[in-house]
Amino acid sequence: MTLASTQFAAPVRMGAYDRPPPVGMWSHEQFKVDNGQATSASTIMESEMKYEARLEEVPQVVLDQEARNVDQEASKSPDKVLRRLAQNREAARKSRLRKKAYIQQLETSRLKLAQLEQELQRARQQSVYANGGLREPNLGFTGAIDPGAVNFEIEYSHWVDEQNRNTGELRNALLQAQTTEDELKLLVEIGLENYSRLFNIKKDAANSDVFYVMSGMWKTPTERFFLWIGGFRPSEVLKNLRPQLEPLLEHQIVSVNGLQHSSMQAEDALSQGMDKLKQTIADSLTAADPFGSPDAYMVHMANAVEQLKSLVKFVIQADHLRHTTLLEMRRILTTRQAARGLVALGDYLQRFRALSSLWTARPRDSGIS
Amino acid sequence: MDRVTRLAAQKAVVVFSKSSCGMSHAVTRLLRELGVDAGVVELDEDPAGADMEGALARMLGHAGAAVPTVFIGGRLVGSTDRVMSLHLTGGLVPLLRDAGALWV
Repeated sequence: MTLASTQFAAPVRMGAYDRPPPVGMWSHEQFKVDNGQATSASTIMESEMKYEARLEEVPQVVLDQEARNVDQEASKSPDKVLRRLAQNREAARKSRLRKKAYIQQLETSRLKLAQLEQELQRARQQSVYANGGLREPNLGFTGAIDPGAVNFEIEYSHWVDEQNRNTGELRNALLQAQTTEDELKLLVEIGLENYSRLFNIKKDAANSDVFYVMSGMWKTPTERFFLWIGGFRPSEVLKNLRPQLEPLLEHQIVSVNGLQHSSMQAEDALSQGMDKLKQTIADSLTAADPFGSPDAYMVHMANAVEQLKSLVKFVIQADHLRHTTLLEMRRILTTRQAARGLVALGDYLQRFRALSSLWTARPRDSGIS
Repeated sequence: MDRVTRLAAQKAVVVFSKSSCGMSHAVTRLLRELGVDAGVVELDEDPAGADMEGALARMLGHAGAAVPTVFIGGRLVGSTDRVMSLHLTGGLVPLLRDAGALWV
């Protein structure tokens, strides 16, 4: 067996402790070669012992060399020989300690890596739930823990797919000259039916976890920026999409203006109702004297809990406004205009999501996102 | 029931409300915004409030809240849903005008 400086072949079995052989310090090739020689019960400890044993053996080459030296320098005192042997042992001991420390480091790193992998997996899962997309991963912090909310996220994701599909079908139908009025009417009905479904699943979600719906965490960031009581603001959407509905007949213009105006008034009224609700809750939170009895405190807190329940009504009423606006527009417009309107709306909402993705993916100056 | 009907007939528009109810506030605000001088009955500030609430619930039929409930021209119109729908579909203002609550 040859001894090459500090390179020792310590046969390590990947069995019991599942530890990788230390690389870097010791040649990896050595391990491959010597794996066949490993005993079945070999562990790091055992291999270390073998390592030590070999060192204690003081390889023949060194001994031979030593002997030759001794022969050559007959005048060399036994002390020097002994000293050299002692230095040799010392070097070997230090080498063993370094090896131990290195293995320790590897162990710690391995544990840390496992932990980080787990965290990443968890964060990824929560990111999927929190961002209304089993499709598009967006930046957002963890949200849904409530099972009703998680269920809603999944259903909402399907809804978005359905909406995109319907928008695409409508667009194609409008582009093709041979599409009949009936075919178009059917697609418009399907599109409206899909929105109706959205308001139903939102109602269930609001009853399950109203703050989740209100937070808009199930939507992308830019949609959240435009959020009004858990969704889009009807009069704002009408105003923005109006140009794409042109040309309109005189009586249609009057009706759409009226609808826009009425919706604005209804939205303002709801917003003021929300402000009133906030004030009522604030009053409950400040009603009990901080130095007063805990009983009075509990009574007012219980009141506040009851008052919070009416938040669900606001979310449902806001959705009711959205739905009514959609249905009223269907009534005012012709089938073809309604089809164009739904395409415009579907596109508009999809572009918000696209904008969020672009925003997330934008190049940054600083290194850390 | 009698008290409700009697109060409902006192003005062109009457809203049965609760001072702490945010939705009642919303409906009242909407009517005010339209220029209506609506009579507001706060059930939580009326001694017969609880009875009236029961009567209203029966009149409405459904399991929803008894307030807010709107009467126009002495006749029951309905709850928030109904009022909002009516307004968006353009039916509220004519109704108010007919009842003399609005002057164009």
